[in-house]
Amino acid sequence: MQAFNVDQVRADFPILTERVHTKPLVYLDSANTSQKPEAVLKAMDDYYRHANANIHRATHLLSERATALYEGSRAKAAAFLNAPDLRTIVLTKGTTDGINLVAQSYGRSTLKPGDEILLTWLEHHANIVPWQLVAEQTGAVIKVVPINEAGELDLDQYAALLSSRTKIVAIGHVSNALGTINPVKVMIAQAHATDAVVLIDGAQATPHLVVDVQALDCDFYVLSSHKMYGPTGTGVLYGRASLLEAMPPYQGGGDMIASVTFEKTLYNQVPYKFEAGTPNMAGVVGLGAAIDYLAGIDRDAALAHEDAVLDYATAQVRQIPGARIVGEAKHKTGVLSFVLDGVHPHDAGTILDQQGVAVRTGQHCAQPVMDRFGIPATIRASLGIYNTREDIDALVLGLHKVRELFV
Amino acid sequence: MSELTDLYQEVILDHNRRPHNFRVIEGATSQEGYNPLCGDRLTLYVAMDGGVIRDVAFQGSGCAISKASASLMTDALKGKTADEARALFDQFHAMITSDHAGPTADLGKLSVLAGVREFPTRIKCASLAWHTMKAAVAHHSDATVSTE
Repeated sequence: MQAFNVDQVRADFPILTERVHTKPLVYLDSANTSQKPEAVLKAMDDYYRHANANIHRATHLLSERATALYEGSRAKAAAFLNAPDLRTIVLTKGTTDGINLVAQSYGRSTLKPGDEILLTWLEHHANIVPWQLVAEQTGAVIKVVPINEAGELDLDQYAALLSSRTKIVAIGHVSNALGTINPVKVMIAQAHATDAVVLIDGAQATPHLVVDVQALDCDFYVLSSHKMYGPTGTGVLYGRASLLEAMPPYQGGGDMIASVTFEKTLYNQVPYKFEAGTPNMAGVVGLGAAIDYLAGIDRDAALAHEDAVLDYATAQVRQIPGARIVGEAKHKTGVLSFVLDGVHPHDAGTILDQQGVAVRTGQHCAQPVMDRFGIPATIRASLGIYNTREDIDALVLGLHKVRELFV
Repeated sequence: MSELTDLYQEVILDHNRRPHNFRVIEGATSQEGYNPLCGDRLTLYVAMDGGVIRDVAFQGSGCAISKASASLMTDALKGKTADEARALFDQFHAMITSDHAGPTADLGKLSVLAGVREFPTRIKCASLAWHTMKAAVAHHSDATVSTE
């Protein structure tokens, strides 16, 4: 492993040399989706050129290769999360798919009327709506942990909301809209004290933080490949083996069965029970390559680099007249959300784009967070391991242009 | 930056800062418009009198493009019949979505929004008020039809 060198990292991502509107691309939208290193692109290309065949289904060599690559990615994902064994790793379409799987399989089969599902005000819509659907189906009730002005969870309220009625707690590890890092380890222990099962939405955490599901002691952990330098359309659900084994299948189809007759179908073992149909094999191979890529860099140094860029960005944006940062939690990573007086974020987004600066503007699939702060939207600059202070300088220059036009 | 100043012409910035007809019309037909992608939200009020739009106004929050579009639209609609309003919708929609910058129907003051067609992600901003108007007018004509 080499010391972290951002120039080397940037050279690994071919798209970063792209020009947009004749300007060099400044990509500050990694919380939306990250860019992909050459190693991921090559792994997927190689897969289609040299290994493509359906997995688990055929006796020929290509199928063996494809199966080995696919299952190899499962093993990489297990190591990435420090999961105890491969049975605990379900390959999904992404975080949204993982949460829906847990809600519809675990939630629907265990929740009773009056049971409570505890969410937080910081959640992405993907960690709200699946629970609303299962609440409607089962008569369970949703409770929400409030946040303070800084965008941190109110942990006293969290403790007060936990009760013997709480059956499922679903918490984002890192807020996509504000960047807040939630103290999930403590929260998991508190939830377990009342026998609730805990799902952690790790979509925004895994690109930045080293995650150890055994140290966290969570029951479910979900992530998306595309947020952590892998391809879209694939992700991971870690589940405690005893829970996964007891859960009914989520979707029916090929590969998730042991035997099928019209009288009775026997399901495959975990995790295959939850992987119906031909999966996104090239995507899973790409995910494995992304995990390898992250394993090849010093993650602590990468995080320190990203945090330094975030601190710099925060200080620079704060100096812009009329700028107000939304979400000033003590523990944050990767995200700077802000508003500019007299300028709608959408207009700022267009003007920044014309200068090559890609940010996200809007609600960030977190409408409750926006409502909490009484704003329709924010400008969100979000970071990956490839971002630099120069990127932030370009953002700030762009924001001055926005002000020239509007203020 | 030339395309940018095409989009954000001074007239648009003025309408954003000081939108016309930015008020509630008590007792008028109202229609909500919402763009969940960016959070733009407006309420349009349409007061019809003998098949003619006597007064039209809006309230809400949104980006400069959506606010200026709503502001200019309300100015343009006064005195129009429901059919004329629908025809104007079609002409406006053609102007902001047409692929070539060739001449479209002369829409007077509304033509300051023609630059939007160079910004595909912003077309929804410019058309939000118009879609809302179409729904409001349809609503109203249905009501009119049922009373005749």
